[in-house]
Amino acid sequence: MNIELRGISKRFGSVQANRNISLDIRAGEVLGLLGENGAGKSTLMNVLSGLYQPDSGDILIDGTPVRFDGPGDSIAAGIGMVHQHFMLVPVFSVVENVILGVEPTGSADFLDLAAARDQVQAINARYGMDVPSDVLIEDLPVGIQQRVEILKVLFRSADVLILDEPTAVLTPQEVEAFFGIVRALRDAGKAIVFITHKLHEIIEIADKVSVLRQGEIVGGGVPSEFSEADLAEMMVGRPVSFSVGRGTATPGEDVLDLRDVTLVDAGLEVRLHQIAMSVRAGEIVGIAGVQGNGQTELVEAITGLAPVASGQVMFAGTDITASSVRQRHCMGIAHIPEDRQKSGMVSAFTVAENMVLNSYYDDSVARGVQIDWHRAEEQAAAACLKFDVRTPSVFLDAGGLSGGNQQKMVVARELERGVRLVVASQPTRGVDVGSIEFIHKQLVACRDAGNAVLIISSELDEILDLSDRIYVMYEGQITAEFDNSSSQADRGAIGLAMAGANRTAAA
Amino acid sequence: MTRSSDTHGSPRNDGNQHNGSSHDRGNAGDSLRALLAPTIDTRGNLREIILIPLAAVFMALLIGALIMMATSVEPHIILRSFVAMADGSVGSLNAISETLTASIPLVLAGLGIGLAFRAGLFNIGAEGQMVVGGLMAAVVSFSVTGLPMALHLPLVLVSGLLVGGLYAAIAGFLRAATGAHEVISTIMLNLISIRLLDYLLRQPFIQKEGRSDPISKAVLETAELPRLLSFIDPNLRLHFGLFLMLGAVILIYWLLYRSKLGFAFRISGENPDAARYAGIRAGLTIVIAMAIAGGLAGLAGAAQVTGVLGRATPGFTAGIGFDAIAVALLGRSHPVGILLAGVLFGALEAGGRQMQVDAGVSIDMISIIQALIIIFVAAPLLVKRIMPFLFADRPKEDADHG
Amino acid sequence: MADQTQMDPARLAASQPVANVTDWRRIISGFTLVMLAAIVLFLLDAPWDSVSTFRISRPRDTWAVGNLVVPSQLINTLAAIILAFLGTRLFLRGGGRWTGLSLGVGLIILAMAFLVWATAGKAISLTGMLQATVVRAVPIALAALGGILCERVAVINIAIEGMLLAGAFAGALFGSLMGGWAGIICAMLTGGVFGLLLAVLVITYRVDQIIAGVVINLFVLGLTSYVSSQVFAEFRWLNKATPFRAFKIPVLGDIPLIGPVLFNQNLFVYGALIMVTLSTYYLFYTRMGLRARAVGEHPRAADTLGIDVIKTRYAHVIAAGMVAGFGGAWFTLGSVGRFDENMTFGRGFIGLAAMIFGRWHPLGALAAALVFGFADSLQQKLSILNTPIPSEFLSMAPYIATIVVVAGLVGRARPPAAIGKAYTKD
Repeated sequence: MNIELRGISKRFGSVQANRNISLDIRAGEVLGLLGENGAGKSTLMNVLSGLYQPDSGDILIDGTPVRFDGPGDSIAAGIGMVHQHFMLVPVFSVVENVILGVEPTGSADFLDLAAARDQVQAINARYGMDVPSDVLIEDLPVGIQQRVEILKVLFRSADVLILDEPTAVLTPQEVEAFFGIVRALRDAGKAIVFITHKLHEIIEIADKVSVLRQGEIVGGGVPSEFSEADLAEMMVGRPVSFSVGRGTATPGEDVLDLRDVTLVDAGLEVRLHQIAMSVRAGEIVGIAGVQGNGQTELVEAITGLAPVASGQVMFAGTDITASSVRQRHCMGIAHIPEDRQKSGMVSAFTVAENMVLNSYYDDSVARGVQIDWHRAEEQAAAACLKFDVRTPSVFLDAGGLSGGNQQKMVVARELERGVRLVVASQPTRGVDVGSIEFIHKQLVACRDAGNAVLIISSELDEILDLSDRIYVMYEGQITAEFDNSSSQADRGAIGLAMAGANRTAAA
Repeated sequence: MTRSSDTHGSPRNDGNQHNGSSHDRGNAGDSLRALLAPTIDTRGNLREIILIPLAAVFMALLIGALIMMATSVEPHIILRSFVAMADGSVGSLNAISETLTASIPLVLAGLGIGLAFRAGLFNIGAEGQMVVGGLMAAVVSFSVTGLPMALHLPLVLVSGLLVGGLYAAIAGFLRAATGAHEVISTIMLNLISIRLLDYLLRQPFIQKEGRSDPISKAVLETAELPRLLSFIDPNLRLHFGLFLMLGAVILIYWLLYRSKLGFAFRISGENPDAARYAGIRAGLTIVIAMAIAGGLAGLAGAAQVTGVLGRATPGFTAGIGFDAIAVALLGRSHPVGILLAGVLFGALEAGGRQMQVDAGVSIDMISIIQALIIIFVAAPLLVKRIMPFLFADRPKEDADHG
Repeated sequence: MADQTQMDPARLAASQPVANVTDWRRIISGFTLVMLAAIVLFLLDAPWDSVSTFRISRPRDTWAVGNLVVPSQLINTLAAIILAFLGTRLFLRGGGRWTGLSLGVGLIILAMAFLVWATAGKAISLTGMLQATVVRAVPIALAALGGILCERVAVINIAIEGMLLAGAFAGALFGSLMGGWAGIICAMLTGGVFGLLLAVLVITYRVDQIIAGVVINLFVLGLTSYVSSQVFAEFRWLNKATPFRAFKIPVLGDIPLIGPVLFNQNLFVYGALIMVTLSTYYLFYTRMGLRARAVGEHPRAADTLGIDVIKTRYAHVIAAGMVAGFGGAWFTLGSVGRFDENMTFGRGFIGLAAMIFGRWHPLGALAAALVFGFADSLQQKLSILNTPIPSEFLSMAPYIATIVVVAGLVGRARPPAAIGKAYTKD
């Protein structure tokens, strides 16, 4: 089945997400769709999968124009979308998720789960995926959840598979295995659209590539004809430097020291098991690992958001295990949260109000029980200039800023105070390339000023680029430590550690 | 309203198209000033703030009239009821006095509810908090003797405030400690307070001597809120509580928008996660916010008892606590808005009484009109759908800003 | 790797006590149970020689069965011991998922002890009490069912109270005008109309769900009170419906104890039981039910699979309104036949508590409603028995029980994940 997109345009309010896009998707071919965050890739695919209707343009299947009034139509036409953020119901089982929308039924609308289970297991076996049928999604690790998404698409006899940033949750080894599955599907005659912002993946897996920038197709062709630098320049619109050029570090004393920290969650499951790690002044330490292996809990333990069941958290020689979040702020621990919209800012507040979100109570902006808004606003304006937060005014609602500017605002707020330790969790997720460069530079500058920086990221490239030392986390434990001061850390070895291949058994 | 631009096109609000390095050092001063300039586009907003409530009131009155017709009230009587409403609310000095008197407890309780809303809490229990606050005020007023008014009256009011605050804090504590939703627990506390009132009004130390029906002893003179207009006409009921009300408006405005605690409330209300990450203690915030809200409602009850009723009887709160919810919603949880909304509802209340007397239409019609006003205010899109001509020349939504 | 279902192998080490986590729920629940034990032991004491007699059969029953006679103080002492045991265990060790069950069992034991104590030296009809329990549970169960239908598609329905009241009103009015059956149908339609109103407000106009619910309640209260005082006062014949009488199912209705309780009731009881059964089948055994639940848990996922989220929500909210309308009709057509202002008096909210208690499952909600119904009928019986406790406090019992239930259970019970949020395609 071949699909052609002709002149697709889609607008949301004042934003033109897709502008006159034309694309050829051919059977037996992997088409790589390359673009940075915010370029419009997901919107385009949502149009193809029927979730949105295009404002103008046509979709043609084997030369015949079709119209999708909803996802059901596109599914029926044989288009299967594997979303970046899984569309799985956590409290349903694998089978229930796979059959949702195309359930086998008996009389009186009776849900025939037995028949469903058989059908799902057949597909499971045919492609060698090994997914347990009756386990609830919320009890499955992320890598397996992704396979359920693929099962969903195959269950509906899809001829076209759209894979939206599929490798975000995989270790390097798992990525290789995943590519194997993709090639097998391609060779079986399916058409694959592979959406990513990672250049080396495009070069490795795609037969053809199209580059999307700010809603338009700006180039494309056979990947082997381009270098990574060419593709990056097409993606961003200007030459891009890949490395922040961080120079050597001169580490000093221990600023953060975790001693045998164990953390248990509300359901009494162990999330961190006897973590021992440290971050010194004047160095950047990176935590590598697939998301969901305890990184979030590690950040919570360090910042005071979650209590520690046993062990100690030491900060510059002081035991802060029992200190509150606010106390840790005052001591000089800054935190850039992994989900800025959820925990890092208040979208309905102005930029100025967001800038004082965790300093409103101290002398810098407060006078007695009152807040001196004048001072707060002036400080916010100065911070915006210094940290390149592009907004016409500090009185604008922060929700109106782009993702990159929102993140820079959060970074500005955290780095502007007197800090000694910066904990940056997924600092450049969902951020445009220009802002990524800026934030990376800021973190290095922070290090060079003699502070300690801890970065948690699921993008291994970011960790390798920024860190002087790297810890790897797997299932709540530190499984490896690597020295990266001369950027020599072995990517393959890190990947193995991320998959838990070399961890010691839990005593 | 979040607008994640991660899946949409180009980054927005790119004030300057510089790439890479930021603004020139030389222009730093200008850039700073530009950032600090207050935003324009208040015109569109002003229209929303004024037109929508007006349209809502108009449509509510219209539908009210339709309902009256449906219950076979003759057209001339319908007209007479509206005239009576206007007359009873603003048609004479007495009417204005009645309007303001009715608005005092509405605004006080409404401020509490609005504050709680801002902190992300739904305090449906204002009625119950008024009951316990008012009862406490009554008890303190006739139990404590020999004090001059300068001491007695504040004592009475504060006692009502404290008890109301404590009663609300129960629900706050349950929410903070166990996650029990305060909507259900405050509603239950309301129902409990009614039974409690019934019981306590029959107890010897509260019940009026010589009476077998549930009615409390009378409030002592030294504990009564003095009437303000008695030099013109001793029958005008407007009392000192008016100043309490205005003071509370100013205080709550200051609390919400100038104080540290109020900022903490607002953060918790808008984004509890961000509040947690900013170090705000969620549990404490919930309890304090509910306590303040309850205290205001308790004060409202105390003001009613000592300023208007002179005693406590079953049902003395007369649904004011529920109307206050409507007032808070209409006032968009902003102190000034609540003040205006409270006066409006006070006018409806006073006018409604006159309507019942003059035209014989049941005062419950006022409740209907009030509920309708709220529906329309809460769903401004609905108003725009029904009355598009009012909003015809608004600036288009997708014009580019800078 | 493929067979891993749990994330961390270090669970072996997890049996260490959790030092720094204060489980308030456990402390409050445990403390409550111990307090209840103390109450039972010290306040509910009876002479050691007295007995409580519970009559089971009634004079006109087909089969006669003897009375249940229990030694009062012995039973109560046992009850106190069990309560104290449960309470201290909860307090010290934490119950995990047994907290809710312990609380529930505790409440039941307390109720039993109350009853035994109040009946010491006297006799009451147990059958009559259980019969009343079922009757009083009906509006609560139907309100809970309405809540479940809504909340399972992630729409909070605070307006259940208003829908009940509207149903009661319509039942009385149209029952007087056109007879009982028409009254029921109109009650359901009225409930459905308010369901539609709620749906339009929260789904299409994205009004906050709690605010919309509160407003609808205010509106219904105002409207029904207005018509009641404006019209019914003058035209009394508009408010004089004939309530449905109980009818006995042959054979089944003659079984001692169970017969009168379950099979000799009026239309509303049978209707409620049928609706609960049908809802359970629908939600958990049918295709449409699976889709509905998906809409409530992860609407976007459902949307991407071609399920119409908006339509599903509309349908369920309207259906919930109709169920609530039927429940409201019980107040008039199922008992007194006459509408009084605000006659539902909080029953809708108790229904929401029953919904939470029953973990958003129709059968669970029914069980919870029976518990509340029992508390209600207990309160009535106790005031007849001239207990020294003032009737006002007894009538507070269902409300206090609701608070206890909601406080004790909410954290443990999980509502559908998308609850309270309007769905946007964005």
